[in-house]
Amino acid sequence: MQFGIFTVGDVTMDPTTGRTPSEHERIKAQVEIAKKAEEVGLDVVAVGQHHNPPFVASSPTTTMAYIAAQTERILLSTSTTLITTTDPVRIAEDYGTLQHLTDGRMDLMMGRGNTGPVYPWFGKDIREGINLAIENYALLHRLWREDVVDWSGKFRTPLQGFTATPRPLDGVPPFVWHGSIRSPEIAEQAAYYGDGFFHNHIFWPASHTRQMVALYRRRFEHYGHGSADQAIVGLGGQFFMRRNSQDAVTEFRPYFDNAPVYGHGPSLEDFTAQTPLTVGSPQQVIEKTLGFREYAGDYQRQLFLLDHAGLPLKTVLEQLDLLGEILPDLRAGFAEGRPAHVPDGPTHEGLLAAALAQDESDETVSA
Amino acid sequence: MTRILALSAGLSVPSSTRLLTDRLAEAVRRSAGPSAEVEVVDLRPYAHALADHLLTGFPSGDLAELVERVRHADGLVVATRVFSASYSGLFKTFFDVLEPGLLEGKPVLIAATAGTARHSLVLDHALRPLFSYLRAVVVPTGVFAATEDFGDAGLDQRIDRAAGELVALAGGRRGALHVVRDEFADPTPFEERLRGLT
Repeated sequence: MQFGIFTVGDVTMDPTTGRTPSEHERIKAQVEIAKKAEEVGLDVVAVGQHHNPPFVASSPTTTMAYIAAQTERILLSTSTTLITTTDPVRIAEDYGTLQHLTDGRMDLMMGRGNTGPVYPWFGKDIREGINLAIENYALLHRLWREDVVDWSGKFRTPLQGFTATPRPLDGVPPFVWHGSIRSPEIAEQAAYYGDGFFHNHIFWPASHTRQMVALYRRRFEHYGHGSADQAIVGLGGQFFMRRNSQDAVTEFRPYFDNAPVYGHGPSLEDFTAQTPLTVGSPQQVIEKTLGFREYAGDYQRQLFLLDHAGLPLKTVLEQLDLLGEILPDLRAGFAEGRPAHVPDGPTHEGLLAAALAQDESDETVSA
Repeated sequence: MTRILALSAGLSVPSSTRLLTDRLAEAVRRSAGPSAEVEVVDLRPYAHALADHLLTGFPSGDLAELVERVRHADGLVVATRVFSASYSGLFKTFFDVLEPGLLEGKPVLIAATAGTARHSLVLDHALRPLFSYLRAVVVPTGVFAATEDFGDAGLDQRIDRAAGELVALAGGRRGALHVVRDEFADPTPFEERLRGLT
């Protein structure tokens, strides 16, 4: 089980001070947050991709490479990489390069993006979002697995005799997650390829997450990648923690009430009852997080959204310290009762070992 | 069994829109016979949940349950008060938050109340286009009641005619026009989607 954080890279005013950080501050803050995440023992840090204000996250691989150069151990990922509006050839090249530079300490999560006007800026149409995700990923999947690709499709100029360079590290393509909040087609896509499925769960009730994850698991088994409980599942999560639960509520309420996504809507109390958001003591965060298993099954990756709603960097770093303190309890809790055949979170080393084992068994068969 | 759900977007208590909805529901019961299940629901208690849905993107608690009842109804009666020459915001918000396709092929009886008969075209200028857009099957007779109509026998005739039309359509609806695929229960196989692109 891997634990980490994800960010969308938004520039949001702190509603308690009226101060909005500069783009420069936010970009640098993402690096500080990632370094802190490694320091407190987290396994993953994921950055977003957006091409419109108020976001600064337009170049994820640049940020990831910079973070990777300043860290030793933490795995870099995305939340998400826009498979709809980014040329799959450039994804193959950018993330392929990143895979070598980081010695495999990376993976990526495909997402579609839900801002209509961004699509035409890249010559695309949001109404084709699902088809773009399907066709572009089908090409990316081949570019990382076939040395020479001839290809033609509906959305991109054809390729003849094209080789995406660099070739994947150790011949093992980066692990891919497919993220979707509400599209069963994307759960089906993840299942078809035997890739990971991530449900960003944070603004939605558990019943919905259960339905999406159950579909993915069932279809993963259908496509012959293993049993349903061996499918690779990741979930989002969101908390605000203080040692005393009432302090957490008091401090977080103005951020909640003005948050870009759910602000001015349901009360903090209603929203925490309806969604995975936890505002309270470390013990409350542990209990709620361990409860995700009840509807998603034993899973592989838990990412938390911490730097949002205008929370100042200092507060985010304090949240990371607290997360670090409860990490041993979370790890122990998730390990309890976890069947041995449920895989760990994906890493380059794990994928390489699996590929080598597969080669050996193939050789045994042919011998 | 035919299931009819009647939604009233009246705001006051008591509400003349609810009164009209009750009379339509009763006429549907008479027309469909004892095998029909007819329920009347006021949208007023869902107003906060509807505003939350606009902001969060998902239906909370009771609203989620109401959406499921709409999904499984064989036909709907929908009634609004006229506000500023059109349906009320409460009425529209409910249909705004339903997921695309949810009303496809569903028979709908449209109704409205107003303080004056000068609003009577609201049914054909506002409600009928809305439900046509949502690909619902709007029954030919809409029922409009201005305050003075509540003392007029002509209203009863229109109520009975509209209810009869709804029952005729709702009884034969199942599987005929409503063909939206449930991608959770029965996902389109991925190979089919890939082939669709080449």
